[in-house]
Amino acid sequence: MAVISTRDLTKTYDLGEVKVRALRGVSVDIEAGEFVSVTGPSGSGKSTFMHILGCLDRPTAGHYVLADKDVSKMSKDELAVIRNSKIGFVFQGFNLLTRTSALDNVELPLLYNGNGMRASERHRRSEAALASVGLADRAHHHPNQLSGGQQQRVAIARALINEPSIVLADEPTGNLDSRTSVEVMDIFQTLNSERGITILLITHERDIAEYGSRIIGFRDGKITADHATGTRRIARDEMAALPPDVDLELDRESPEPVKTGA
Amino acid sequence: MSLFMILRVAIKALGRNKMRTSLTMLGMIIGVAAVITMVALGSGAQQSIEDQIKSAGTNMITVSAGNWSSGGVRRGWGSATTLSVDDARAIREQVPGVQYVAAGTNTRTQVVFGNQNWSTRVQGTDVDLPLIRFWPTEFGTFFSETDVAAAAKVAVLGTIVRDTLFGEGADPVGQTIRLGKHPFKVIGVMAVKGPGSFGEDQDDTIFMPYTTVQKKLRGIRYIQSITVSAFSAPETIAVSEEIAALLRVQHELIPGDEDDFRVRTLEEMASVRSETTRTMTSLLASIAGVSLLVGGIGIMNIMLVSVTERTREIGLRMAVGAKGKDVLFQFLVEAMVLSLFGGSIGIGLGVGLSRGITQFLEWPTTVSPDAVVVAFGFAAITGIFFGFYPARKAASLDPIESLRFE
Repeated sequence: MAVISTRDLTKTYDLGEVKVRALRGVSVDIEAGEFVSVTGPSGSGKSTFMHILGCLDRPTAGHYVLADKDVSKMSKDELAVIRNSKIGFVFQGFNLLTRTSALDNVELPLLYNGNGMRASERHRRSEAALASVGLADRAHHHPNQLSGGQQQRVAIARALINEPSIVLADEPTGNLDSRTSVEVMDIFQTLNSERGITILLITHERDIAEYGSRIIGFRDGKITADHATGTRRIARDEMAALPPDVDLELDRESPEPVKTGA
Repeated sequence: MSLFMILRVAIKALGRNKMRTSLTMLGMIIGVAAVITMVALGSGAQQSIEDQIKSAGTNMITVSAGNWSSGGVRRGWGSATTLSVDDARAIREQVPGVQYVAAGTNTRTQVVFGNQNWSTRVQGTDVDLPLIRFWPTEFGTFFSETDVAAAAKVAVLGTIVRDTLFGEGADPVGQTIRLGKHPFKVIGVMAVKGPGSFGEDQDDTIFMPYTTVQKKLRGIRYIQSITVSAFSAPETIAVSEEIAALLRVQHELIPGDEDDFRVRTLEEMASVRSETTRTMTSLLASIAGVSLLVGGIGIMNIMLVSVTERTREIGLRMAVGAKGKDVLFQFLVEAMVLSLFGGSIGIGLGVGLSRGITQFLEWPTTVSPDAVVVAFGFAAITGIFFGFYPARKAASLDPIESLRFE
């Protein structure tokens, strides 16, 4: 069953004198449980595509059906509800609230889910989500006390808190070194394989895209390539092959096996 | 999102920048404290004036000579010569509710004792005056009815006159002073009265029978004033009206004629003075109100900065499911927490300051509950009013733009 289905998605930005056609008719189906990498150079329309899939923006024309609901004509408030319940976001810049504990950051989407969850229940779920990305012992640290990789894992825990059906990751490794990137990709692959969460990974790096099972290429607002990954990279295997990182010894003194599938 | 949750989120957000939060609140604290202190000072002054007038005797009524017109020339208050001893007697005998009556006529003259001399006000009056004014003597006695009947050359000195002529604190009873060419026997000294309700020095005076002033010093038959006291303060107005009616009959004025006298009660004079203080209070309060307004603008300023600075946070909140109204309420509640919390501290500070002023400067202050309620209400309104614009700005942000904001 296709969790995401778009038909002739068009997005035109009216900048007064010029009209920028960011998307020129995009039709794609993504099945539940897929791990799709969306690639393309900047200006190719992949960010716009991602914003529309993430319900942050609405298409100018065309249809977008997310989990059997046509969301392309929904109001802003309805979209906010969809974002809260169906979609988890992971950003390049982490976007964690400063001077706020990891736990409070993870809890954030629960504040807006409208079912008036008790504080103790929110707390419990946030702790569980943090534990699932291996940060149970960092719950009360502030972002500036965490490494980049840890911050991104807090962001992933936040994306998972409302048990979304899809996770949208926009350049999640853009601010990370290659070793940490592999670790983060391992989390995504595990979430995908063990919990069946549909992952959409937006990246301009060819090698990062290869962690996905399917690659969709964008150019000039259109899909120019859509195929299964030739040789898929498996983060778990690569991590095992990596030499121990001396520089990060202090940071990693507590072993952090990625616990998933809680 | 429930109100309680919004409140918690707002307080957490404010807690993230404690320095800024407290400085912003300071504007509000000073504003509210200023309003409360200023109003307390104003109403304290008003209260003390009322007390002062009450101590002078709120049941006192003064009748003074009116305007004397002749050939179209009006000579002004006090110029009429129609007020007479008969009028005083008529008031005593015919107006119910009158307790004491004293006819009066004044002059100014040079007083001499030995090699000392002094120019002072000579008040010719009647034996009831000390009773009307609650004014006892320090030495000797006030003059008697016999003295009045005989127009005796006796004088009761105010303390300033005594101090000047005889030396501070001396007892001059039995001495003879000279007014013009007449020798006067000093029979008493009044107790210290202090400044009157209009700031005049009430102790710089000499009392003697009005008959003496009329016959020995001025050579006139009329009197200039009648001082009356009613039995009780509430009766004062009614009594004063009856006196006015009686005097019109006494003076054979026909309807349409102007009064040739003037009847005033201390109550009226008091109200004029309280009016002045009230004006001053409103002036002080409005100046303080300006500082409250400035505090409010401070909140708006900080909230605007805060919205800009937290653009990414707002974008993120929206991305994870915050609706426009969630963001709106969050910022509105933040502004209100700032203003209400600041306002509460301001009330405490204002009350404390007022107490301190009374304690250390000995200025009377009265903290009125009205002022507290108004200041607090104004703080709340300020929060909503100045918080709304920044909050609406935050709520209308586009999540994509906000997430990209550097």
